[in-house]
Amino acid sequence: MHELSVCQALIAQVAQIAAQHAATGVKSVRLLLGPLSGVEAQLLQDAYPSASAGSVAAESVLLIEIAPLKVKCETCGAETQASPNRLLCGQCGDYHTQLVSGDEMLLLSVELLSGAA
Amino acid sequence: MCNTCGCNITPGNRAHAYNPVNGVTAVSVLQNLLAKNDGQAAHNRRHFDQHQVLAINLMSAPGSGKTALLEATIDALKSEFHIGVIEGDLETENDAMRIRAKGVPAYQITTGSACHLDAHMVHDALHHFPLAGLDILFIENVGNLVCPASFDLGQHRNVTLLSVTEGDDKPAKYPVMFRAADAVLLTKSDLLPVLDDFDPMRAESYLRNLASSVPVLQLSARKGLGLEAWFDWLRNELAQQRNRMPLAEAALHVF
Repeated sequence: MHELSVCQALIAQVAQIAAQHAATGVKSVRLLLGPLSGVEAQLLQDAYPSASAGSVAAESVLLIEIAPLKVKCETCGAETQASPNRLLCGQCGDYHTQLVSGDEMLLLSVELLSGAA
Repeated sequence: MCNTCGCNITPGNRAHAYNPVNGVTAVSVLQNLLAKNDGQAAHNRRHFDQHQVLAINLMSAPGSGKTALLEATIDALKSEFHIGVIEGDLETENDAMRIRAKGVPAYQITTGSACHLDAHMVHDALHHFPLAGLDILFIENVGNLVCPASFDLGQHRNVTLLSVTEGDDKPAKYPVMFRAADAVLLTKSDLLPVLDDFDPMRAESYLRNLASSVPVLQLSARKGLGLEAWFDWLRNELAQQRNRMPLAEAALHVF
């Protein structure tokens, strides 16, 4: 439900970066999202055209990569794949694990256009 | 996570960090999408710390008993601590009025149609809400098990309520929310004898599947059951918050 507000915050961030680099446009915006970020990639894609309309990023493409969900076990030290509602160690089954990857909600990079392109 | 010290680079995203991108000018950013909210939340947290206030974000589905829990907590602890409440709802002053009726200050945020509170809304509320003299500030989030989990408000602790009239598999269904909890309260526990499909042990095991080791407390605000463990948790958290306060900053606050 909050993907539009996340998207608006993203556009504000991109516009600020474009202004810092005196860019005239934005070609692409790359994100990294984890399954536990609380943000759905498809909903973000759906919100992107309306959030970017009229901004410097209006003509840009949103590229979203999904981060793998991985945990590291504090008991046996193994690093294993996990699923969003089962973050147990894949090796020994212990629940004392730390998330290594999977809650990212990152703006990775932007491709900026400059001059009369 | 931040862009300053590099802690936003994790083993999961390191490969993406400085990949060259074909195009005009590729700029590597690596910034959280909610960086602006997170910055405001950090500001709020400093504000709470300077006033030695413990800020607690209460989250749950609508109707899990957040306001009833606050009423029972205020009744029991009003003489021990100075409590304040910020209420979040889409509409109405109803919850703030219930809290004020208990004799403690309350400010109502009405979000219109927004499904969660964010750090800016809480910051605006703080302008109408003097923190001086408070010990504990409860922020009662909009009833919703999805969106509030994504927005840091500047709180020190998240408390998530799960009423026994809901399914005991809610932690499995809403992992982002329950993973964010620093304590989980199973509320309306007086109804357990008539609800044979809610198993508190099963609820706890779904929570442990999220690699969470936080306390799970059973209580009933209406019948006054199990509240002492909750009050002890609050007392302990408040003591920890006071220990976290650097002495220099505390001195700055006093003089």
